Amino acid sequence: MNELYQLLTGPMLWLTFFVFTFGTLYKLLSILVLTIQKEPFIMSVFSFKYGMRSILSWMTPFKPVSMKKHPVLSSVIYVFHICLFIAPLFLMAHITLLDESWGLVWPSLSDSLIDYLTLIVLACCLFYFIRRLTQKEVNYLTSQSDYILLAIVALPFFTGLMAYHQWFAYGFFLNLHILSGEIMLMAIPFTRLSHMIISPLTRAYMGSEFGEIRHAKDW
Amino acid sequence: MSAFADWDWDIGSKRIADIEALKKDYQWIEEIHVSPNGESSAVIVNIDEGEFNVCVNGTPWREEPFDKMWNLHYSPDGRLTAIVSEMGEWTMAVDGESWSNTFGYLWKPLFSNDGKTIAAAFQQEMKYGMVVNDVPWENTFGNMTCPTLSKDGTNCSATVQTVETSQAEIFEFQKGSYSVAQNGVVWDRNFVNVWNMSISNDGKAVAAEVRLNLYDYTIAVNGKPWDTIFSCVWEPIFHPDNQSVIAPVRINGKWTLAQDGKIAWGGRFVQLWSPKVLPDGKHMAAIVAPSFGKWTVAVDSVPWKTCFNEMVTDLVFNETGSRIAALGKNNGRWTVIVNGTSWNNSFNRAWTPVFSANGQYVAAKVETNGKYSIAVNDQVWSQSYDAIWGPVFSPDSTKILCCSSSNGKIDRQVIPVKTILK
Amino acid sequence: MSEQVNKIVDKGLDQGVINLTQERIEKAINQVLNKEAGARLKSYVETCVHCGMCSEACHVYLSKDKDPIYSPAGKVKRTLSEMIQKKGKVSPEFIREASIIASTECNLCKRCAMYCPFGIDVAYLLLLVRRICHLCGVTPLYIQDTAHSHSVTMNQMWVKDDEWIDTLQWQEEEAQAEIPNLRIPLEKEGADIMYSVIGPEPKFQAHLIYYMSVIMKAAGIDWTMPATPGWDNSDMAMYTGDNEIMGRVKRMHFDTAARLKVNRIIMGECGHAFRSVHDMGNRWLGYKLPPIPVIHAIEFYHELLSSGKIKIKDQYDKKVTLHDPCNVIRGRGLGELSRKVVNTLCSNFVEMTPNREHNYCCNAGGGVINTGPPFKNKRVLSNRIKAEQMAATGADVVISPCHNCHSGLEDIVHHYKLNMEVKFIGEIIYNHMEKPTA
Repeated sequence: MNELYQLLTGPMLWLTFFVFTFGTLYKLLSILVLTIQKEPFIMSVFSFKYGMRSILSWMTPFKPVSMKKHPVLSSVIYVFHICLFIAPLFLMAHITLLDESWGLVWPSLSDSLIDYLTLIVLACCLFYFIRRLTQKEVNYLTSQSDYILLAIVALPFFTGLMAYHQWFAYGFFLNLHILSGEIMLMAIPFTRLSHMIISPLTRAYMGSEFGEIRHAKDW
Repeated sequence: MSAFADWDWDIGSKRIADIEALKKDYQWIEEIHVSPNGESSAVIVNIDEGEFNVCVNGTPWREEPFDKMWNLHYSPDGRLTAIVSEMGEWTMAVDGESWSNTFGYLWKPLFSNDGKTIAAAFQQEMKYGMVVNDVPWENTFGNMTCPTLSKDGTNCSATVQTVETSQAEIFEFQKGSYSVAQNGVVWDRNFVNVWNMSISNDGKAVAAEVRLNLYDYTIAVNGKPWDTIFSCVWEPIFHPDNQSVIAPVRINGKWTLAQDGKIAWGGRFVQLWSPKVLPDGKHMAAIVAPSFGKWTVAVDSVPWKTCFNEMVTDLVFNETGSRIAALGKNNGRWTVIVNGTSWNNSFNRAWTPVFSANGQYVAAKVETNGKYSIAVNDQVWSQSYDAIWGPVFSPDSTKILCCSSSNGKIDRQVIPVKTILK
Repeated sequence: MSEQVNKIVDKGLDQGVINLTQERIEKAINQVLNKEAGARLKSYVETCVHCGMCSEACHVYLSKDKDPIYSPAGKVKRTLSEMIQKKGKVSPEFIREASIIASTECNLCKRCAMYCPFGIDVAYLLLLVRRICHLCGVTPLYIQDTAHSHSVTMNQMWVKDDEWIDTLQWQEEEAQAEIPNLRIPLEKEGADIMYSVIGPEPKFQAHLIYYMSVIMKAAGIDWTMPATPGWDNSDMAMYTGDNEIMGRVKRMHFDTAARLKVNRIIMGECGHAFRSVHDMGNRWLGYKLPPIPVIHAIEFYHELLSSGKIKIKDQYDKKVTLHDPCNVIRGRGLGELSRKVVNTLCSNFVEMTPNREHNYCCNAGGGVINTGPPFKNKRVLSNRIKAEQMAATGADVVISPCHNCHSGLEDIVHHYKLNMEVKFIGEIIYNHMEKPTA
């Protein structure tokens, strides 16, 4: 188990950072190249002002009509994404690891709070899962890969929870936690999780089209 | 054009008409036209319901009014033409004399360079053809578009429908039911579409844009398509020396210039049209968009560095081809660009630039806030008018002829170029 | 549902499929997906998380009892996603179905782009499907015929060169009976404005040109209309995916205005034509915006009314509501101006809800009404939500400053027995303005 732990926190971690970083860069670059090559008009339409107007409007809770139409889902999306980032980034154990490796330190949140945030993330994942099964307009769009992606996101939080509380096999869950976290990071640039990278661009583009060219709102 | 040197080139101004004075005699008067030499002006006037005439320098064209008239034009040789209607039939009136043939409808007057040949499109009992100097085509067609007359007036061509298809017969249409009629004689091959034809200087050959099916475009010369297919093409032109045909073509989403089906330019452009062969026969120019939303002129595939963000039009050159000019529009303002250098002055509107015979000057009619003037080599004439016709340079390139209108009074003026060039 | 669709007989689709080979399908799909489309396709396809939030945006989905196959993403799933997954190896029958979905179940109104958190433009994706179907030669008959008309005559309605001029002269004479010295100036080089219309106006609704000539006369506008092809601002080739013809028609329109040296093009009350000059056709040609400014009738009317060039003698007093056409409201932000115009003209205006950018589509636009009689019943049935929205206003008149919306709403009014009149702004202005006597 220890060897596996060394592998996961050593070479595998480097690989993860490499794949995530360069995958993200590749993704952005390929979009940029495609734009210049095939749709150069996009560059002339792009407007910082209207791009930001759109992004900020869509970040403001319940400003877009679409969010008002889906109050529960929108609330879940907000809470989920906030917890998704805060829980791993402000966990004492994670910060300690980074401190030991690279001397990077920032304030942490209490473990019990992170515990709650993790539970919230998992609850949100459960909500998504049930929604995919029961809401017919979502179910119709859902394919196997949507469930796999949901699992990829949920697994690091679930295993983290198990490992933290040392329920059942601690070593197994710890390693699985690290591995699943690494899988999630590596999956981001190459799956629909890439909306993390691309959605600000698509939002800003649509915001620019609506603001600069169409003189209309897009929310 | 021999008469051109014989025009009155004496410096000075003379009144040719007082249009304002006409207004009290007629219900309304229409747009003013001025003859090429500036010696006469003409305007369609309405006398009463269904009674029209033309006043030339204030005098009625003929005693008997027409029922209806429109499309007043001076032929390049100075003859005045209008499309006129009498007793429900349409014909062409030239200097007040109606053609002997009459038609169900007549439109699109065309003139040869010397003005001796006058042609127009006609419709007679829902059949279409061209009439040239009062001689109508013997063959007529179910539909006709793109009427074209050669510079020498010997070849009058148009796109014609050769196969009657009923409405919404889309698959029949896609087999091809359009062709070109040259002086009424149809090419022996049909196409899905035929557009924008060009006729060689000797009047013998016709080149046109054709669509072979819904997707394949090429150029056809005298009915024979190029071997190469493109995803789109624009208007072809004939090389003045060797009868080869040059046209903009689209490959993989970008435009370039092709000659006889082979790619002639190395450059690839977002857009390319209005190709020209310069008088030496060696160089070619065209209006291009080197990148999206940027417009300029390219000479031999190399775009000028100065670009305009809205539009470039009216590509012209001097007699030797050493100087090339065009109109460019930036942020709603028009200006003139000459050999890659844009004028500093810009205008609400500008008209086609004209070169002096020696190539030293380029002039254009320009408009600022509803007043018209003339600019030469980026200097604007201090005078401005309600309207201007011209400018035309004198054969020795020292004077400019124009007609101007102020308060309805039309004046013919010859001024030294130096007047504008301060 | 799809069984019903299959029953629809459309020669363009049925004959098109017979001519179709597997090889041609793959070639068409690869051409569009790999050679023509770029960053937008890649981003949208790889970003959509299948959340379903776009569903609520679609009038077809809402009208079809929220059947998920009609949600915006659902329509992409049934067409483009399948083509991508199978790398173009789909059957001719699939292409037929895809053509029906893209051409008759989506109006490209872009409302869903406002409901997707990522701003994914489903209209663009379904236009790609139409482009693929065009390359496969499987496009509904009537709209394909319209595209053919554009290619030959440069107008939508097979109006021949002489018929156009003759119609203008006829309308000029008609209007002269009311205002003796009124003119429709043809080919007036250097006029301030070129007025352009869509093909159906000279063909079926010539009185609209008459109305505009009276408005121009009353306002003292220096205007002209071309006596050559290039007068039609409409562009159904844009909606069949025949981008080359779309560009050709737009070039002719802009070149005609440039030839006449006008300052501006004013266009009649049409929505898709505005999209074709302001968004799609211009871009295909390489123009960021129309090279000669194109002003939609709403904006022009507002200019005339607010400057006092047109004076209203008595307000229209019937209870009116206003339909917001996608291409000029969501496409140009003219929602406030159209309300100012309507409030100036009418004394009893009520909003329909939702409105402005969020208005429901007429279900006729995007070329859907141009697919003609085979799809008319389907079109009307799949916009029940619009009928409900209009009925809720209790208005006697619905004002629609767009031709396609106008016709679509008339069909809806008729089918759902709404007892409403559909009107253009121009006809209300004509009937309630102070007219010149000479």
